[in-house]
Amino acid sequence: MAQLEALVRTMFEQGFLFAFLGLGVLITFRFFRFPDLTAEGSYPLGGAVVAALIVSGWHPLLATIAATLAGSAAGVLTALVHTKLRINNIIAGIIVMTALYTVNLRIMGAANVPLLDQPTIVGEVVRGLNLFGLGLRDNAATTIPITFVLLAVAGFALVRFFHTHLGLAVRATGQNEAMILSLGVDIDKTKIVGLALSNGFIALSGALIAQNHGFSDIGMGIGILVAGAAAVLIGETIFGDRTVGWWVVAAIVGMLIYQFLAAAALRVGLTANDLKLVTAVLLLAALAVPRFRMRILK
Amino acid sequence: MSILALRAVTKYFFRGTPNQVKALDGVDLAVAAGEFVTIIGSNGAGKSTLIKAVSGLAVPDEGRVEFEGRDITREPVYRRAAAIGRIAQDPADSTCAVLTIEENLALAEKRGQRRGLGIAVNEAARARYRAALAPIGLGLENRLGARIGTLSGGQRQTLALLMATISGSRLLLLDEHLAALDPKTAEIVMTLTGRLVAEQKLTTLMITHNMQDAIRWGSRLLMMHAGRIIFDVSGEAKSALTVPALIAKFHEVSKGDLTDDRVLLSGGNG
Repeated sequence: MAQLEALVRTMFEQGFLFAFLGLGVLITFRFFRFPDLTAEGSYPLGGAVVAALIVSGWHPLLATIAATLAGSAAGVLTALVHTKLRINNIIAGIIVMTALYTVNLRIMGAANVPLLDQPTIVGEVVRGLNLFGLGLRDNAATTIPITFVLLAVAGFALVRFFHTHLGLAVRATGQNEAMILSLGVDIDKTKIVGLALSNGFIALSGALIAQNHGFSDIGMGIGILVAGAAAVLIGETIFGDRTVGWWVVAAIVGMLIYQFLAAAALRVGLTANDLKLVTAVLLLAALAVPRFRMRILK
Repeated sequence: MSILALRAVTKYFFRGTPNQVKALDGVDLAVAAGEFVTIIGSNGAGKSTLIKAVSGLAVPDEGRVEFEGRDITREPVYRRAAAIGRIAQDPADSTCAVLTIEENLALAEKRGQRRGLGIAVNEAARARYRAALAPIGLGLENRLGARIGTLSGGQRQTLALLMATISGSRLLLLDEHLAALDPKTAEIVMTLTGRLVAEQKLTTLMITHNMQDAIRWGSRLLMMHAGRIIFDVSGEAKSALTVPALIAKFHEVSKGDLTDDRVLLSGGNG
């Protein structure tokens, strides 16, 4: 019982923190219909920026905002390479991802920056709430609701954005370029907006995870796109292709399930080294299950 | 005063290769405001390339395209799209399948305008869309929240037509927009086309494979062959045309090119 409780706690704590990654990947992977490998660079970029700034004395909130903006800048760069130089979007992502590896190392000054004794954004919120005499502690029990509120606000804002004139144009750009072009939309611009938004979310996730795990590491982005895509696909398997609101819920729930399964895999004796294989199996399952279900229903 | 002018427009495909094709061969054309021009011709005659030179999807190798007195030869598609509505043959090209009817219309309503962070579809917009859809008689006004992908090809082309005309376009380009529809649906969409064009006094270029339609609709008819306009008729002379007369005309100017003849004839019985 205690084991399951710990699993569920991990699911919500890590799931909500990683859900920002899921939302970022949702934008490119499903709305723009291509796997944006910039994620593998913008996620650790978020960690690198937040670590470097917090260590140098920035307030964690400002450091987190700066990390998010840095991620957006990386997305803009990929979009510019793709649109202005007319390079395939996947290749553009790979180029920026590769460049970011060095950038991230330079920002951190080392392959790993510990943050264990540093203030964090959740820690600061807890401190602020304690001014009202709540006597809270900075642990999973407080991290979960605080992250959830942040996620709910971000998710709501994202759904709302995709219902605006600009947001609709961004979505249509990913689905039917010829059509949206003939309606007078500069698709170079809407691609820039979409990739900036996506990589901003992904870098925010990296920044939050670095603070939660107590370190930023140059290798933290390896395989992160697959993790985000797995979450989106798991969510899609459950909720199907519906409105933007449902897509956002699906990405979040998908990430919770993904984190639960990853944590469960560790509990049953697998090691961190096995997780990539577990992820691959999950991804395969998320893709294959809907097909099987269709066959059974027939 | 012509609203649209093509001056010695030439366009090659696969230029500089053994497969080089001269899709447009020094085309001169002036279209007056309010004219409804139907364009016929065999496959490969250059009809689509002509429309694409106007919409910006094909940039001419030589010559100029002028719209409302402005040189738009090299202007990006999205910039000239503010005033030019276009519908292609495939319904999937002119509407966005994963978005709803109301979302597609909202996108079209903002044609050529800045797109900000205001909510795109509100109750006032829905009322406008219902009012625009109701007279068409397909019941789409009650399905504003349905995804375009759930509609039939005819319904999608009808919507595309509305999207091309909803925001005050001044030129309408129809690139065989009925070709993918069954004859009955094509008739409905064509009637609606004629009505919208007349109501808004839209300058229109319409490519069709249906010679009957080309004669019945519009105020001017162009026949193209091998990248040139070989027959240009308007007014009473156009009204007096018959399908056999057009076929005879085609034989005369194409010098009995049989392969092309067959293609031209295939759409003539509608």
